[in-house]
Amino acid sequence: MKTALQQVFHSRKFVTGFAIFMAILLTVFLYPLIIQDEPLAILGQGNFFPPGIYVNIYDSIHSKSYVLNLKDAASKRIGKILTDQSRQDIKEWLVSYGVPEDQIDINDTESLLSQWEENYDSSISLPGMTFAKQRYFQRLDESVNGLLSSEGVVISEVNQETGNLDQTNTIDQSEYVHINEVANVRILPLGTDNFGRDVLTELVKATGVSLKIGLIAGVVATLIGLTLGLLSGYVGGLVDDIIMFVTNLFTVIPSFVLLILISFSIGQDNRGATTIAVVIGLTSWVWTARAVRSQVISLRNRDHVNLSKLSGHSTAHIILNDILPYIASYVVMALILQVSSAILSEASLSILGLGPRTTEVPTLGLMMNWAMIYQAHILGKWWAYFPVIVVIALITFSMNLMNTGLDQVFNPTLRD
Amino acid sequence: MAEEKKPCLCGSGLTKIYGTGVQKNVAVDHVDFDCCQNEVISIVGESGSGKTTLAKMLLGLTKPTEGEIYFQGKKRDISNMKKKKEYWKRIQAIFQDPYSSFNTFNKIDAVLLDCIAMRNGKKYTRAKKIEIMEEACCFVNLEFDELTNKYPFELSGGQMQRLMIARVFILKPEILIADEPTSMIDACSRATILEMLMKLRKEIGMTIIFITHDIGLAYYISDTVFIMERGKIVESGPAEQVILHPKEEYTRRLISDVPKIHEEWDLSSVKYG
Ligand SMILES: Nc1ncnc2c1ncn2[C@@H]1O[C@H](COP(=O)(O)OP(=O)(O)OP(=O)(O)O)[C@@H](O)[C@H]1O
Ligand SMILES: [Mg+2]
Repeated sequence: MKTALQQVFHSRKFVTGFAIFMAILLTVFLYPLIIQDEPLAILGQGNFFPPGIYVNIYDSIHSKSYVLNLKDAASKRIGKILTDQSRQDIKEWLVSYGVPEDQIDINDTESLLSQWEENYDSSISLPGMTFAKQRYFQRLDESVNGLLSSEGVVISEVNQETGNLDQTNTIDQSEYVHINEVANVRILPLGTDNFGRDVLTELVKATGVSLKIGLIAGVVATLIGLTLGLLSGYVGGLVDDIIMFVTNLFTVIPSFVLLILISFSIGQDNRGATTIAVVIGLTSWVWTARAVRSQVISLRNRDHVNLSKLSGHSTAHIILNDILPYIASYVVMALILQVSSAILSEASLSILGLGPRTTEVPTLGLMMNWAMIYQAHILGKWWAYFPVIVVIALITFSMNLMNTGLDQVFNPTLRD
Repeated sequence: MAEEKKPCLCGSGLTKIYGTGVQKNVAVDHVDFDCCQNEVISIVGESGSGKTTLAKMLLGLTKPTEGEIYFQGKKRDISNMKKKKEYWKRIQAIFQDPYSSFNTFNKIDAVLLDCIAMRNGKKYTRAKKIEIMEEACCFVNLEFDELTNKYPFELSGGQMQRLMIARVFILKPEILIADEPTSMIDACSRATILEMLMKLRKEIGMTIIFITHDIGLAYYISDTVFIMERGKIVESGPAEQVILHPKEEYTRRLISDVPKIHEEWDLSSVKYG
């Protein structure tokens, strides 16, 4: 046993898979210790904030300021708002307003903006311009307004007694704050989702829950399938007939239909993640049982089994020592398939609204579901669904690697 | 073999049918079979004639579809695990294919230790066990030091069969069923294996039921020969009688396949088809 374990950890494939899997597990366990947010707390007002660092404006204003005279600050500021696209749009507007095209130089920021300021009037509606386009130009006008000025911004506060605005501070264009001195900076590495929840925190929690669902369901299914398969394959006779009858019953009824029916009859209130996992496990053992049975049948007449019988071993000993090791990698493979298919089953159930209660915990399936319903994929909000796919892929990939590694240990003849 | 003959393993009307309906396959068909203590019996037949199936029934590894087996005059009773274990202390086997005879997950020691445990319970100390294993390996010309901590698949076919003989050496059964123990290995190792079997027989005085498709080999080693054709025993009797004066066409054909039958047998130059 000990040496087998050593051999397992000498297999590079297994170690790689194990490392990835452990990294995922560690993240799931350690992350909540560092970021202690509620995984389902709604942080953002609005949906799909892009990934990045969010700096509190109010705190920035009140932080100590440092003056830095940087040469390209102004051009950067202008460039951020006056992109090539918006320069083109301005030109388009001016041309259709009546400014001769050859007088407009979109690379000359100063003249372009002065032409714009001279001519643009938000009340003018040009022929053939949609309302949306009109609104767009209004917004553009607001954003370029005062872009060239080198004046600072005045900060005022309402005087509670008089009701007047008192000027408390001016902020120059060359003033900076140190990000560490700003009280509230929040990093959202994966942005927020459709509800305004932090995707990363949610994802970590969902990974944990989905893994739990997958493992529970996989273990339940594999245990049932393995036991029934071993019994029916090795013992044969009447036992085999009975078990195969039950197995055939379960094969004829699609397990997913069964899953839907059971989930439905349990009712929304009782559908915790664990319940769902057990239900998935109870409906998906059939193929494991069949595969194990056929393997055992081909094994039970082998000479090494006969030799073990001749050495006086009991049936239990033979099943555990002469049959089980030969199908162990098979069973692990089945377990891996069961785990990943359980994760997917959970997702499918969630899409039908029959998954775990949505108010309690996120799962990978639920996250995909939410992203899909809110059209993250159409809107290009990749951070709401892509990381979820990556996590699902990583889990299956790592488990498959482990399986291949185990295969080489369990089937020593595969080794070279 | 003039001593009084004690019957030790008999079968009457042994039949084994695999499958049902169209796929029905009568592997062994109403075979009457008996062998006496201290004899070497050969069962000869071409491939697929049901030799292995018969052997497995005699060993109690498969249930006969029909027929009875008598062990030392009494009806064989292996209805429960304990009785089976008792039975297998007295009858052992060497299988046809050494490469599939061992559990590849267990080390070689385990194979031999199982035999020691079966023979003597768990009374022995570790040192005594090693002594027994060393003795057994020595008997079959294997180095125990090299074998220990190795896996069976790391051995050659011939070494595996010798390990099987070492098993039998430890167990010292009354009957040994050797199912073509030499069919999977080269001519040279064959001679060694046969020699060892005969040596073992002399040493512990057991009955050998030798299964082979090679009638020449049967003539060389056995007292009694049974000729099997498609599940039936077509001819039987003392080796000389059956082989030198065959009555059946089938037997004659088997004999004609072995060109050197009337000459002095020289193991080192045996050629097998
Ligand atoms: N487990 C089994 N299930 C079904 N049929 C079997 C089984 N074992 C053997 N048979 C059939 O029984 C017949 C006899 O097989 P058996 O193995 O006894 O032959 P054999 O004489 O030992 O041949 P060989 O010399 O090749 O070992 C064959 O036709 C074989 O197909
Ligand atoms: Mg055979």
